[in-house]
Amino acid sequence: MTHNPTQGYLDMELLRFTTAGSVDDGKSTLIGRLLYDSKAIFEDQMEAVRNYSLRKGNQDLDLSLFTDGLRSEREQGITIDVAYRYFATPRRKFIIADTPGHIQYTRNMVTGASTANAAIVLIDARNGITEQTRRHCFIASLLRIPYLIVCVNKMDLVGFDQKVYDEILADFNLLRSKLSFNDITFVPISALQGDNVVEKSGMMSWYQGSTLLDILETLDIQTGLNYTDARFPVQYVIRPHDDSYHDYRSYAGRVEGGVFKPGDKVVVLPSGLTSTIESIDVFQGSLPEAFPPQSVSFRLADDIDISRGDVISKVDSLPQISQEIDVMMCWMNLRPMKAGGTYVLRQTTREVKCIVKELYHKIDINTLEPGTDTNNLAANEIGLVNLKVAKPLVYDAYSRNRQTGSVILVDEGTNETVGVGMIIG
Amino acid sequence: MNTYRIKHLRELEAEAIYIIREVAAQFERPVLLFSGGKDSIVLVHLSLKAFWPARIPYPLLHIDTGHNFAETLAYRDRLVERIGATLLVGSVQETIDQGRVVEERGVNASRNVLQTTTLLDTIARYRFDAAIGGARRDEEKARAKERIFSHRDEFGQWDPKNQRPELWNIFNGRKLMGEHFRVFPISNWTEMDVWQYILLEQIEMPSLYFTHRRKVFQRDGVWLADAPFMMKRQGEEVVEMDVRCRTIGDVTCTGVTLSMADSVEDIVNEIAATRVTERGGRYDDRRSDAAMEDRKREGYF
Ligand SMILES: Nc1nc2c(ncn2[C@@H]2O[C@H](COP(=O)(O)OP(=O)(O)O)[C@@H](O)[C@H]2O)c(=O)[nH]1
Repeated sequence: MTHNPTQGYLDMELLRFTTAGSVDDGKSTLIGRLLYDSKAIFEDQMEAVRNYSLRKGNQDLDLSLFTDGLRSEREQGITIDVAYRYFATPRRKFIIADTPGHIQYTRNMVTGASTANAAIVLIDARNGITEQTRRHCFIASLLRIPYLIVCVNKMDLVGFDQKVYDEILADFNLLRSKLSFNDITFVPISALQGDNVVEKSGMMSWYQGSTLLDILETLDIQTGLNYTDARFPVQYVIRPHDDSYHDYRSYAGRVEGGVFKPGDKVVVLPSGLTSTIESIDVFQGSLPEAFPPQSVSFRLADDIDISRGDVISKVDSLPQISQEIDVMMCWMNLRPMKAGGTYVLRQTTREVKCIVKELYHKIDINTLEPGTDTNNLAANEIGLVNLKVAKPLVYDAYSRNRQTGSVILVDEGTNETVGVGMIIG
Repeated sequence: MNTYRIKHLRELEAEAIYIIREVAAQFERPVLLFSGGKDSIVLVHLSLKAFWPARIPYPLLHIDTGHNFAETLAYRDRLVERIGATLLVGSVQETIDQGRVVEERGVNASRNVLQTTTLLDTIARYRFDAAIGGARRDEEKARAKERIFSHRDEFGQWDPKNQRPELWNIFNGRKLMGEHFRVFPISNWTEMDVWQYILLEQIEMPSLYFTHRRKVFQRDGVWLADAPFMMKRQGEEVVEMDVRCRTIGDVTCTGVTLSMADSVEDIVNEIAATRVTERGGRYDDRRSDAAMEDRKREGYF
């Protein structure tokens, strides 16, 4: 691979993916392998890992240690939170949200999944699909990650046998109807030995597909962004108070959907006031158009009342506005959510009070079927709830737009983020 | 497929500007922690972009250990002048004089750890409720797990086990009186991203980052700059070498690298070929494997 770092970098794209697997499926080893084979591991890190392996009486270099985190976790021997890792190839820069496979840590998986373009789920070839595999896939699907990559790992321990792999694929097909990915890809690998991770395996000639890294390098990154419904939640109003920009006023924010151009007729919600985009400003200049996920600021032709939390949109594709929403809620806090509870709700740049009107039902995350218990939602549980908000929300269904369709609930007493939700409608 | 594609540096930039604007919108008294290093210089640049044509709506704060490279202070003062920002300085010497901390002794004495007290005192004195910092998750294991909006209790402490969930683009900066947040807009950048961005944006950098002749000596495999307050062990011989800084901090713990790189392009190429992390050259992290985690819990940057 020849690569000129001072030229090629302008052409690189960014892919965010998340990894999940049950404990011991080989997730840490796989990430270590990706980092190691793509040369993202440095000598001093290598030295630290070698020392640690030796202290533990381990002769071989343990790849999984590269992703090992905080000291207390290292002592417990498990990963217990979301950790972010970075590596790059000449084609792409990658951000890995590394999340644990433990039952009680659904919250971390949901966190890692929220910004990912792709999810890697690991299956131990010897064990096949487990309850945890199912759970990981369901969560990734609920969070609307566009791509799922299923890695059947430890192929070396089943003699690189195609039959084992095919059986796992057949089993997986029974799940498919419940999943909402744009695409699902399967790869047989050995994270430990490196087969089909970065280098093509010499042991599995029966596999015609790409290596894991190839797949990661070629996935369409734009999937998952909405380029049709114009959405611009206002973050901040820029007013210089300065002689050279005396009457200057612009609305800063990030384009969360659609494409905006100067001259576009826009409508500000929830007020319904209308105006025209005069200019899309960026540092010392302006742009001919703005699209997700750019951070820009708009100057409008009319002097109308706009503040943080308002959404600038276009009449041809208006968002929904309501004081009552149904939300698929994942509870993150040890104190359970109860019907009747009040919270502060945050959605895009808006903050309003809300009350939980009703908990319709929980979701059994092992089957993705509605459960029966409806009293409360405990930590790491997911349920369908109805919320009433104090002021109208401007939103889209999460399935249409992950940014304008997501909410968090904050406890008014502790200020902790206690729940996270995806708007159904 | 459509033509609305965005390259990785522009995406990282857009994310950082979004975070910076969230700070300005959610907090009453933010401050930008300015060390004079490349990461904080990039933060200043991103802040200029986020609010243009208005000025940056928060001051810069430099925690001064008194053990600076002269070039750092000169660069700092010129930058502040050019962008019309307010500069505040928290002095570690003052903290020592007040008896709030005790100076370390011995050859490895450093004021790096003492900075934490000065930082927390300064935050309390000005009642800052958000401190924007240039830490990156790729720097160090403990940082890899830290949130972008990172909560600090009233003692300034970080609790890695009890971090707020952070999802999508929604950052929860709500807090009780006396608590504050550390905010890290370039969490997702690597050292390479930072230099490539500096190259792309043609940001002027302090001369310390480029090759220059300097009096240096070697300790435990790390090259350190010589200065009057640097105590030397027997056998540590001062020599003149062509070096550059890979990170810039307090002189006592900033390792320098032997290098002939004299442009940002050279630096990008050098980093592409290097096999040692930037913190590997920092003397303070060598003290123990979990050094950073311990310091962070206490309220370090
Ligand atoms: N034989 C074999 N062992 C593997 C493979 N991948 C991981 N392992 C081993 O499985 C164990 C668990 O791996 P680890 O990466 O720590 O799993 P995690 O808990 O999912 O992070 C370790 O002993 C690894 O060496 C593989 O592809 N083949």
